[in-house]
Amino acid sequence: MSYTNEQVSHLVEGTLDWETTFRMLSMPKDNSRFEQYVAALQAKVRFKDRIVLPLAPHMYIVQSAKTKQWLIKCDCGHEFCDYKENWKLHAAIYVRDTEEAMTEVYPKLMAADTQWQVYREYYCPTCGTLHDVEAPTPWYPVIHDFEPDIEAFYKEWVNLPVPERAD
Amino acid sequence: MNMMSTQEIGISNLLASGMTLKQHRDAILERTQTTGYYNGLEKLEFRDSDPIGYEKLFSKLRGGLVHARETAKKIAASPIVEQEGELCFTLYNAAGDCILTSTGIIIHVGTMGAAIKYMIENNWEANPTINPGDMFTTNDCAIGNVHPCDIATIVPIFWAGKLIGWVGGVTHVIDTGAVTPGSMSTGQTQRFGDGYMITCRKTGVNDEPLRDWLHESQRSVRTPKYWILDEKTRIAGCHMIRELVEEVIRADGLEAYEKFSGEVIEEGRRGLMSRIKAMTLPGKYRKVSFVDVPFKHEDIQVSNAFAKLDSIMHSPVEMTIKPDGKWRLDFEGASRWGWHTFNAHQVAFTSGIWVMMSQTLVPTQRINDGAYFATEFHLPKGTWCNPDDRRTGHAYAWHFLVSGWAALWRGLSQSYFSRGYLEEVNAGNANTSNWLQGGGINQDGEIHAVNSFEASSCGTGACAVKDGLNHAAAIWNPEGDMGDIEIWEMAEPLLYLGRNVKSNSGGYGKYRGGCGFETLRMVWNAQDWTMFFMGNGYMNSDWGMMGGYPSATGYRFEAHKTGLKERIAIGDSLPLGGDIDPSAPDYERHLDATAVVKRDKQCMTTEDCYDNHDLYLNYLRGGPGFGDPIDREIKAIESDLNQKFLLPEYAQKVYGAVFTQDAKGVFSIDAAKTQARRLAMRKERLARALPTREWMKEERERIINKHASVQVQHMFATSFALSEKFTQEFKDFWTLPADWQLLEEELGVPTYGSKHRMDLSLMPDVKTVVQVEE
Repeated sequence: MSYTNEQVSHLVEGTLDWETTFRMLSMPKDNSRFEQYVAALQAKVRFKDRIVLPLAPHMYIVQSAKTKQWLIKCDCGHEFCDYKENWKLHAAIYVRDTEEAMTEVYPKLMAADTQWQVYREYYCPTCGTLHDVEAPTPWYPVIHDFEPDIEAFYKEWVNLPVPERAD
Repeated sequence: MNMMSTQEIGISNLLASGMTLKQHRDAILERTQTTGYYNGLEKLEFRDSDPIGYEKLFSKLRGGLVHARETAKKIAASPIVEQEGELCFTLYNAAGDCILTSTGIIIHVGTMGAAIKYMIENNWEANPTINPGDMFTTNDCAIGNVHPCDIATIVPIFWAGKLIGWVGGVTHVIDTGAVTPGSMSTGQTQRFGDGYMITCRKTGVNDEPLRDWLHESQRSVRTPKYWILDEKTRIAGCHMIRELVEEVIRADGLEAYEKFSGEVIEEGRRGLMSRIKAMTLPGKYRKVSFVDVPFKHEDIQVSNAFAKLDSIMHSPVEMTIKPDGKWRLDFEGASRWGWHTFNAHQVAFTSGIWVMMSQTLVPTQRINDGAYFATEFHLPKGTWCNPDDRRTGHAYAWHFLVSGWAALWRGLSQSYFSRGYLEEVNAGNANTSNWLQGGGINQDGEIHAVNSFEASSCGTGACAVKDGLNHAAAIWNPEGDMGDIEIWEMAEPLLYLGRNVKSNSGGYGKYRGGCGFETLRMVWNAQDWTMFFMGNGYMNSDWGMMGGYPSATGYRFEAHKTGLKERIAIGDSLPLGGDIDPSAPDYERHLDATAVVKRDKQCMTTEDCYDNHDLYLNYLRGGPGFGDPIDREIKAIESDLNQKFLLPEYAQKVYGAVFTQDAKGVFSIDAAKTQARRLAMRKERLARALPTREWMKEERERIINKHASVQVQHMFATSFALSEKFTQEFKDFWTLPADWQLLEEELGVPTYGSKHRMDLSLMPDVKTVVQVEE
């Protein structure tokens, strides 16, 4: 089973027809998807750095075109940090830890009680994109939620050459 | 004269191999451990030499299991079983490892297996003996059951005098005779209040239930009619499957059946690893979830002073996907079990996750114990998911299981997203509540109990390419069905005054979470009726993903002394439909001014009295969202507004929508103005934000000064007490002084159970079965 580059681009845009989407859900996975996916995303971004791994709708691990360092980057061009670090520590944060802040986003009875739970919104410091909302208790450490093993993935799982990396 | 024999009873040769069941199981574990393959099966001889024969056998058995489930459930009268399909049949080999399971609540792949293993480890073959035609019944949560209302019937399968396997059937009964009515009650704080508890008891011989069992069990619960029909359902299904196995052996031979029953487990093990490699991405994923335990409130009435405290359950998970396709699920740092009914046995966790995984990672028919053998579980002893005390209550283990697994779903979804399988991304699942439960004398004048399974149709999480589904599913039952109003009104003395999509309940996002729904119920024709609420209220147990928000939290609405009897008589207006905006409530405008109304976030209560014409709002939660809400398509917001899935205030505040409403109430969004508003929102976000490291300095001060509510501190204190690793990581992250500590005893709340505990394994003549790294 495989899909055209156009179909994968539509998937990324959220405009793929339901019949194809359903086929993607119900049939065995297409191993070429990763390459097609990265190509579709690469065509969308304005920077020249090579996308190594997509992390979120507007965030990628990229290979810097200048230094070959692997960085976490927003699609506006903002560079957060080295790919091994927790990007949230380099973001702008707004914490909904009062009733007033919480009821801006939900009716009072349908909002979390901030004596129990807070919402931490992590923005790109340059473009203000909301990259993540954490919903922990107060005091909870900022979670480093994903450390991909990119080398094993490229080499052993999708049989692609690992992009060069300068540390 | 009573003649006693000196010979130990029941010495048998069940396997016709000279080995006891325990020796047989130990040998399988040893071969699995040594070789890395289930039972040492490096080669799958049957499958490879006769793949068509192997598949035919698979299809016969699997088809028979599903057929037995579909047929047997028609015997049941309980809507939980008959309407919602809360039953499952599973086939095991002689060692108690699952070969295949039917559709349904797949969580029981391992729970009944754990009971069989308990019988094996504790020498049931000697006493009470295992013979053809025997039936064993179990619901013991201390040896692997999820909650006491899942009653399992287990039948051994013999061929020519040799034990060749087991078949188990489980149904979710309406009542277990717990302290309070309903199958998953609250109020009790220990096992001793959880209801009728049966530990692998021999309850039938020669295919007939024993009379002492029938008498005792039916009077031990509030709903004997449903109970006995559930039992007949389980027995019928088990016997159908036993006959199927006999038929298969007659046709294909014992050797083929026995080879199949080993190879299919090894195939399941390899199948999971292959799915992991096909769909995910190697690496470490860290997620966490929480749920509130608000027991200090006056509407929680318990018999123990030591249970009266607010706390939070904590489930951090580090999911490691290894390059070889194996994975490890590590829950180091989880909080301690508590004096409530939300604790879970390790098997409820290790077996239960497959009901979720079968909806995402392994959506195949080949769910069996092979998946367990491809997974490393680390569930620290003493935590809520592996209690170290034999007194723990488990009646509503799902309160936090659903939340703990939502974190796994987010971890997997990160891998799907990064790999490009966007269609598989799911931001998580709803906390599947509220649970409407209660009892009393019903409309037929009988002692009765209810547990509305409308919760099996909550909102689902958003995907990376589409919204979550409204009122569609539950993490614990892939075949979610909210049930027909007419059936619920027959089963419960509660009339429907409304059944609507719950406005604003789905988490916001580029793709929003599915909305839940709400039903307004009026007590009718009951006597001495009680009800209670059970769900999350002060907290969300799910998060959003990648910029999406969590779904709305729960709240409760109940009304007493409503005056509805008189209002109906005179034709006055009535509260009907949805509680669309709880900040501008409408129901109260149709009740007497003297009505007693409770509208608050205390979504966990204990049994309280309801008169006829009192009201109860059953609000089923929505799912979490995906992606930044200001990326959401204009048309999608407009549609949500016009269908009342979204309140206008939040369309403005969260989505930046600028809209007008015409005389007919139809909303139209101005795309250009919305675009401009969204640009301004980006600036407003940054204006109110701080660099994370700056904010961390403030938060660190709050930690140093121990500035947080008691429930937050209590959660951390119990996690710290169980895990040095978690404590050290916490202190390292916040760069706390070496001598900083947080102890339960400094919080001024009951600490009963914090130091002195006794595990089931310490009881005489008990060998517990440990299936995880502790």
